[in-house]
Amino acid sequence: MLEILIQLLPSVLLEGLILGFVYAMIALGYTMVYGVLELINFAHSEIFMAGAVAGAEVFILLKGVIGNPFLLLALAILIGGAVAAIVAILVERLAYRPLRKRGTTNRLVPLITAIGVSFFLQDLVRLIEGLWHNAFYRRYPSFSVFEATYTLPNWIGVLTILATLWLAFWVIAYFGDWLVRLFSKKERAAGRTLSIVAAGLTLVFAFFYRHVIFADLGMTIQMKSILVIVVSLAMLYGLNWLVHKTKLGIAIRAVAQDAQTASLMGIDPDVIVSRTFLIGGFLGGVAGVLFGLLYTLVHPYVGFIPGIKAFTAAVLGGIGNITGAAVGGLVLGMLEMLGGTYLTFLTNGAMGTEYKDILAFLILIFILLFRPQGIIGQQLGEKV
Amino acid sequence: MKKVLELKNVHTYYGKIHALKGINLEVFEGEIVTLIGANGAGKTTTLRTISGMIHPKEGEVLFEGVAVQHLPAHLIVKRGIGHVPEGRRIFPRLTVEENLEIGAYLENDRHKVEERKAEVFELFPRLAERRRQLGGTLSGGEQQMLAIGRALMQDPRILLMDEPSMGLAPVLVDLIFETIAELNKRGKTILLVEQNALKALEIAHRGYVLQTGEITLSGPAKELAENEEVKRAYLGG
Repeated sequence: MLEILIQLLPSVLLEGLILGFVYAMIALGYTMVYGVLELINFAHSEIFMAGAVAGAEVFILLKGVIGNPFLLLALAILIGGAVAAIVAILVERLAYRPLRKRGTTNRLVPLITAIGVSFFLQDLVRLIEGLWHNAFYRRYPSFSVFEATYTLPNWIGVLTILATLWLAFWVIAYFGDWLVRLFSKKERAAGRTLSIVAAGLTLVFAFFYRHVIFADLGMTIQMKSILVIVVSLAMLYGLNWLVHKTKLGIAIRAVAQDAQTASLMGIDPDVIVSRTFLIGGFLGGVAGVLFGLLYTLVHPYVGFIPGIKAFTAAVLGGIGNITGAAVGGLVLGMLEMLGGTYLTFLTNGAMGTEYKDILAFLILIFILLFRPQGIIGQQLGEKV
Repeated sequence: MKKVLELKNVHTYYGKIHALKGINLEVFEGEIVTLIGANGAGKTTTLRTISGMIHPKEGEVLFEGVAVQHLPAHLIVKRGIGHVPEGRRIFPRLTVEENLEIGAYLENDRHKVEERKAEVFELFPRLAERRRQLGGTLSGGEQQMLAIGRALMQDPRILLMDEPSMGLAPVLVDLIFETIAELNKRGKTILLVEQNALKALEIAHRGYVLQTGEITLSGPAKELAENEEVKRAYLGG
């Protein structure tokens, strides 16, 4: 039993990482909009959906015209991202800005508007797809190059197991120390001591289970997963550059920190808000296309679950914090995969992977209860 | 002399509160004009009205002869009015250098931006030492220097300064006032709001005394400093 769990670990974490990248890109849209407007844009899940559906249309329409699947994917990503960005800008311009201009201070009003926009977009896409194809479920075509499977070198899996074991022992050591302190006046153990203890325990464990850990783990990865990772990393890198190295990025951060003073610098806050929706929308749309590539079936209601999970990821990392959204997405993706897979084993199949959603939202509840500022804390819009 | 700024019968309200009751004020090119008065007299409101953060209900704000009172703040800045706001309001999570860069948001000529940055660093060497530090980690005096430097990055034709000496140690207060005088020598037109009336009247050319939203006295700074009423009310004598 334990052996299977250990040997599965690297593959499960890899799957979680891939899913986590998709969450991270959606989460960035929530967090950036929250940073500049302090608004949870619940319509963001539909912006993601618009990207996913637009990407499917590109694939289906151009499949016969463009032979190279990679070129096709690049086009789908660009167009999916652009469609989502345009939807995001329009939503801001037509729904949120009029409320802002009216000086509504009640924060429930924009929130409820966001939910309304969400329903509106779902049914708008359903209407368009219905009129166009007389069906609103669209499927991403499959290409053999994307489905091709590659075996990963064994050391990656071994290292992943060792790192995870170390992390688990670290947490155990931390709580062990906490328990000891409950009953004695001992000083809190230093982080380095915990790390060394965890490393020792890992080595002992690895020695006794060497036949399990150093066995052939047979870790594989599909081409499309590689593509998801590469595209996501490129997008995250690009966003980081944009936010930290360009004038627009500095202006976005300035507006997030103090919009009124930013206007004294000659910045039109409305323009910056619009650009923020553009960037967040584009990332969401690209995430939509990648989601479609991974799970193939998309429809007007496909945004809800990934959207709300990405929101969870944003809260997990600290809403308003860009790094936090990325970290939160990756962590949530991995936890969800771990929970979903292992629950099946631990309950002898009584509880299947469908319980992974419960896990994600349990995390949301616990974060909101015990650490509402998230893992990293608020950053983008922090006001001093 | 060229008239840079003129307020004609400006009335500003905060909701139902009548904060400015018909302000008339002029600033000529190359002047330091100071606006003194007690807390709540409307000094900050006057500056906020000029820079478009609040719009007057009545009256005109003329900048170089053009009415600007209906424009949003970011367009007023574009015309050449720089504002060092009350409480400094620097961006706490931008570095010192980023704070300055954002000050020059409207300037697209990279070369000019670098030139002005060098000028600011020459004026405040402390900022140059701390260029990579986050604005929020600076001391009060350094934040004030940064707020002034940030406004200078716009190369404004008039600089509005709201209580630049507030909450600073005496040494720093002197430094800030010296800097204001120095900027004026270099040709900047300045409208200075101060509670420290004595210091303000020392460096200013002309002054206005504001009381509950109305200008009660005005004239050359030296005369105001000698005025018995001003002495009693604002100079502690």
